Amino acid sequence: MSVAEQTGESTPRKSVTEYLASHLREYGLLFALIAIMVFFQIVTDGTLLRAINVTNLLLQNSYIVIMALGMLVVIVSGNIDLSVGSVMGFIGALAAVMIVQWEQSVPVTALACIVAGGLIGAAQGYWVAYWKIPSFIVTLAGMLVFRGLSLWLLEGQSVGPFPREFQMIANGFVPDIFPEGFGQALAGIFGARNINVLALGTGIISAAAIVWLGLRARARNKAYGIEDEPRSFFVARNVIVSAALVFILYKLSAFRGLPNVLITMGVLTIIYAFITENTVLGRRIYALGGNAKAAKLSGIKTERLTFLAFVNMGILAAVAGMVFAARLNTATPKAGFALELDVIAAVFIGGASMSGGVGKIVGAVVGAFLMGVLNNGMSIMGIGIDYQQMIKGLVLLAAVIFDVYNKNKQG
Amino acid sequence: MQTLLEMRDITKTFPGVKALDTVNLSVRQGEIHAIVGENGAGKSTLMKVLSGVYPAGDYEGQIYYDGDIAEFRDISESEARGIIIIHQELALVPLLSIAENLFLGNEVASKGVMQWQETFQRTEGLLRKVGLRESPGTLVDSLGVGKQQLVEIAKALSKEVRLLILDEPTAALSESDSQALLDLILELKAQGVTSIIISHKLNEVRRVADTVTVIRDGTTVSTIDARAEPVTEDRIVRDMVGRDMAHRYPDRQRRAGEMLMEIKDWNVWHPEHAERQVITDVNLSVRAGEVVGIAGLMGAGRTELAMSVFGRSYGRNISGTVEMHGKPVDTSSVTKAIEAGLAYVTEDRKSLGLILEETIRKNVSLANLEGVSSNGVLDENRETEVAEKYRKAMNIRTPGVFQKVMNLSGGNQQKVVLSKWLFSGPEVLILDEPTRGIDVGAKFEIYGIINELSAEGKGVVMISSEMPELLGMCDRIYVMNEGAFVGELTAEEASQERIMSLIVTDE
Repeated sequence: MSVAEQTGESTPRKSVTEYLASHLREYGLLFALIAIMVFFQIVTDGTLLRAINVTNLLLQNSYIVIMALGMLVVIVSGNIDLSVGSVMGFIGALAAVMIVQWEQSVPVTALACIVAGGLIGAAQGYWVAYWKIPSFIVTLAGMLVFRGLSLWLLEGQSVGPFPREFQMIANGFVPDIFPEGFGQALAGIFGARNINVLALGTGIISAAAIVWLGLRARARNKAYGIEDEPRSFFVARNVIVSAALVFILYKLSAFRGLPNVLITMGVLTIIYAFITENTVLGRRIYALGGNAKAAKLSGIKTERLTFLAFVNMGILAAVAGMVFAARLNTATPKAGFALELDVIAAVFIGGASMSGGVGKIVGAVVGAFLMGVLNNGMSIMGIGIDYQQMIKGLVLLAAVIFDVYNKNKQG
Repeated sequence: MQTLLEMRDITKTFPGVKALDTVNLSVRQGEIHAIVGENGAGKSTLMKVLSGVYPAGDYEGQIYYDGDIAEFRDISESEARGIIIIHQELALVPLLSIAENLFLGNEVASKGVMQWQETFQRTEGLLRKVGLRESPGTLVDSLGVGKQQLVEIAKALSKEVRLLILDEPTAALSESDSQALLDLILELKAQGVTSIIISHKLNEVRRVADTVTVIRDGTTVSTIDARAEPVTEDRIVRDMVGRDMAHRYPDRQRRAGEMLMEIKDWNVWHPEHAERQVITDVNLSVRAGEVVGIAGLMGAGRTELAMSVFGRSYGRNISGTVEMHGKPVDTSSVTKAIEAGLAYVTEDRKSLGLILEETIRKNVSLANLEGVSSNGVLDENRETEVAEKYRKAMNIRTPGVFQKVMNLSGGNQQKVVLSKWLFSGPEVLILDEPTRGIDVGAKFEIYGIINELSAEGKGVVMISSEMPELLGMCDRIYVMNEGAFVGELTAEEASQERIMSLIVTDE
């Protein structure tokens, strides 16, 4: 209505507080993550941010993050996938049986797993996209079917161990490309035992890249007169994010360097963030979730997009399944049990909307780590699994209530 | 005559804007009082203040109702005093029966157990009163909009209504349904019910209103007593827009060029009831620069025709050909229809035309994302430029293209939908009720845009339930009834009477 038009005209430049109010969600998530980390760092006497624990944190949550990327796409498209935990377990079982029992090579197994994941996604997406069967029901069925299939495939047993080559998927580290003396010289300066120069360098370069991209976007927004965040916010946000990035990579470099999984996770995150925010494909997925009928009448092939969202989810669940199996060095029939709920929770904590059309990749990744830090911190403190579950549940509820409250306030 | 309602110096402020500024409204017992004004003028806000949606204390000024000061804290309090609002968007539960809807929240029950006998009896009585011949057990879903409107009124009557407020009651109704509804309001008046009717349709206002209050920009501009002086539409329009509007429709040059699009032998069956034919042997042609109208009653099959042509978005077993420039084209999917040079601007912009939660920019580019991207990567600068260009060209009144579409008025939303389709570069535009629910000023602008399009050599097919609009804008009018074309009139031949007689003699 004209009400909104007039408000916009009368206040062309928003004040800092108004800006904060309208972007509370994004900042809130970041600050919540920092606050939780600071809290656990203090109550665990510094254990949380010890080099080995930071490495563990990344490894422990890698499969959740990988699946959250696919889940975000599925949820933005207006659907849900309850089967990912089971699919992940099934793929892990498939990998174990192929390698250990059928003695297939690792590359053949990896390829087969990814194809299987894609087919599973296609099988579920087909009913959702072309038969308009609610995704909740199709994937609930899938959850049971693939849980059963893993049991059948493993014959109720655990299968393992994996050859070293396969374990490297989850537990390997990227070797330092710089000469050893270089790292030791740096270690002397920082007072650490050893420094992996590649890891530290990656941290500094990615921090610089983030700042550079931010500055470029800002300059462009200014040129087009687009409302942007106040300078103080931009500076503060970039300082915090890049400092945190360099800090974490420094911690990693002081342990064993860059985990292979971090590379997989990082590259996938960048790819999916780019696809969702900067490509025609991404825009169409948001349009589909925002208003499927309008999208369809605008020439968007909504059925095919929905189908592809599930295929993509299946492939990512397969990648996560391999990472998970490699990390545990065995495939068990229970692997991935109830994990779909952690993945879905991460996406909603990250700000996605149940009704579709809203949500960001970065939000989902931060959401996953927020849950991860909570898990890890509470475990270090020795809090029982009973309380852990309750606290995680309440955090999810609080995040969504915060969303709804914010939305109502903005009216 | 006694005053039933008096609203004095009502001021309602939203953060940053005064929606109502010392509005005065005085409604006499037993009259039909029309409130007219452009969209966004504050009519709906005023009614929300009256009914307690904005509780007492949330606004300044006093409301006197039936002799006392009224301070309603919510809708139930105003309803208890007999003030009933029927909103533009109907508040019926589609999958419940008429009877269940009528007594929803007010069930006929004893100790929590439904008394179905009595519910159905009372429903029958109420349906007789509003002249709706349907069984009380019929699902609301299966009724047309016109009949649903009657159910809403019956629901109001079930609550001992004293002041009935109708917000755009005929916006979605066909000519004959509108007439029936207005007759009903007149009949209720004879029974002593006072009504406030908010409307854009000035001929209707003139027909039923005893008093007309014009609101513009949140203030009362004038109150005209129709019993004392004759009310002319020009007078109301002048007050509404604050300027003279010599012509309701902009002048246009007629220049039909070469043949652009021909639809031949088009047949469509119902998507769910396979045996029901919805469109029968329709033949339609549009030339370059021509504006062709399709007249007909609600349910004549006009939207179904348009959507079935546009990418088979409606119906099944579709047969017939679409030709562009004399050559058959494939319109079997929306993408192909767009490639063939077609665009369909829906009648239901909120649920079929726009992504309300998104910005103007993202809505404008939606049907032609290739036009703002290279190799599948979006160029957001180009997208912003495109949206800016259309915002200026279409005179979309917002500070920028980063506004969410849901915050715009109906007229501006319609311009966003039009922008989206113009950016897809069509040769023929099918406009389905292009001015539904938008105010007089924005209507005039949309007509101007249609004329510009035809001047550029595009073909326009215009579907409308407002006959004056078709008569004022079109070079040629097809008359549609029950899924078939029953006549074709040139602008010179066409008149409301001829169109209606073509429809009613088609038995």
